Amino acid sequence: MVSNYYFLNVVRFLLLVLVQVLVFNKLNFFGFINPMVYILFLYWYPIKENRAAFIGLGFLLGIAIDFFSDTMAIHAASTITIAYMRPAIMRFVFGVNFEFQSFKLSNTTRVQQITFLALLIIVHHFVFFTLEIFSLDNFLLILKKVLATGTGTLILCLLFGSLFSVRKE
Amino acid sequence: MQQIINFIIRYKNFLLYVFLMIVSLGFTIQSHSYHQSRFFNSSNWVTGNILRTSNNVSTYFGLDQENQKLMEENTYLRKLLFNRTQIDTTVLDSVQQTYTITTAKVIKNSFADPRNYITIDKGRKDSVQPDMGVITSKGILGIIENTSNNFSTVQSILNEKSNINAKIKNTDHFGSLVWNMKQYNIVQLVDIPRLVPLTIGDTIVTGGMSSIFPEGIPIGTIRKFDLNTSKSFYNIDVALFNDMTNIKNVYIVKNTYREEILELEKQTETNGQ
Repeated sequence: MVSNYYFLNVVRFLLLVLVQVLVFNKLNFFGFINPMVYILFLYWYPIKENRAAFIGLGFLLGIAIDFFSDTMAIHAASTITIAYMRPAIMRFVFGVNFEFQSFKLSNTTRVQQITFLALLIIVHHFVFFTLEIFSLDNFLLILKKVLATGTGTLILCLLFGSLFSVRKE
Repeated sequence: MQQIINFIIRYKNFLLYVFLMIVSLGFTIQSHSYHQSRFFNSSNWVTGNILRTSNNVSTYFGLDQENQKLMEENTYLRKLLFNRTQIDTTVLDSVQQTYTITTAKVIKNSFADPRNYITIDKGRKDSVQPDMGVITSKGILGIIENTSNNFSTVQSILNEKSNINAKIKNTDHFGSLVWNMKQYNIVQLVDIPRLVPLTIGDTIVTGGMSSIFPEGIPIGTIRKFDLNTSKSFYNIDVALFNDMTNIKNVYIVKNTYREEILELEKQTETNGQ
């Protein structure tokens, strides 16, 4: 069971990296929208795991995407930010009960799941585009990109989420 | 001492986060100021091969268009060849050629970021080196930035760091070609003095001031121009000839005299001080 668990996460990691760089990096919807579906890895990752390992994995995931898309280490920086902030976001969305042993993502309401995912995406995209554009003169451009790409990412993540969701037991 | 250790244990996640953040910011900022990082680019072995495999599949979907483009170019070159007035056999001597050309295929293209890089499937083994020019049959594309054994990354003209010498065709008024990160089919030509007569639709080509591109490679046409804030130079919007979203086959241009030119310029600089 335990090895199965790790296996699932490794496969998920590799598949999300490949899907991201081979499909979604080339999408260029409306000329600039490239949804970042790899955020799903951080959304799906088990909650009770070691936090340090989680941040480390986030870094690896980001750097893997960076290698393919020639973006220096911007993906890595934004991914570790949401990896670090995930418990805070979860406490905000689910209240204190996410710290209980019996807590499961699949037991929460749909609205809570979407809010959680949306917050992860907004924080991630905001860090990402701020670093990518790297000037406050273009603040409106940053906001535009965050909103447009964020919407695209959210829709695609929800679609992926319902395709590969864990069965409710 | 006990307290320090307690502090580290207590905040280990935060410290790890800060450490990794500094690492990534370090890589990012370093490449902002100077060059793309030597290791963080898609020309390395793993990414290059994965991208090439994916590209091998996707190229089949554009073969017709690509053939059409190459035919058009061949027609153009044939026309030039047949209408030449004198036949000059000495040009075929490779020692006297200033520019040598290598072909390559694009395996990764991007045009939506502020710093776009294109990955191509030729590298050091094909004697591709950084700072060679890359063009397509329609016009200019970019400059080689990093190379590995089998792959290279090209800094596209759609890159905020890009700065290429360009001029208005049939004149000697030159300026710099830059990009304002907004649209992928429009780049900006700056530093053209006010006294130059301009018309919308004029052709922009590469200038002879660079040791990377030959003179006269087409870039685009003037779409719009206005004076800059100091009212002494023009800001010109140039519509590119190349469709930057659809690029498959490219040519790498090498100036065989580049080392000599650079060395001479360096000498002059050190002598002048």
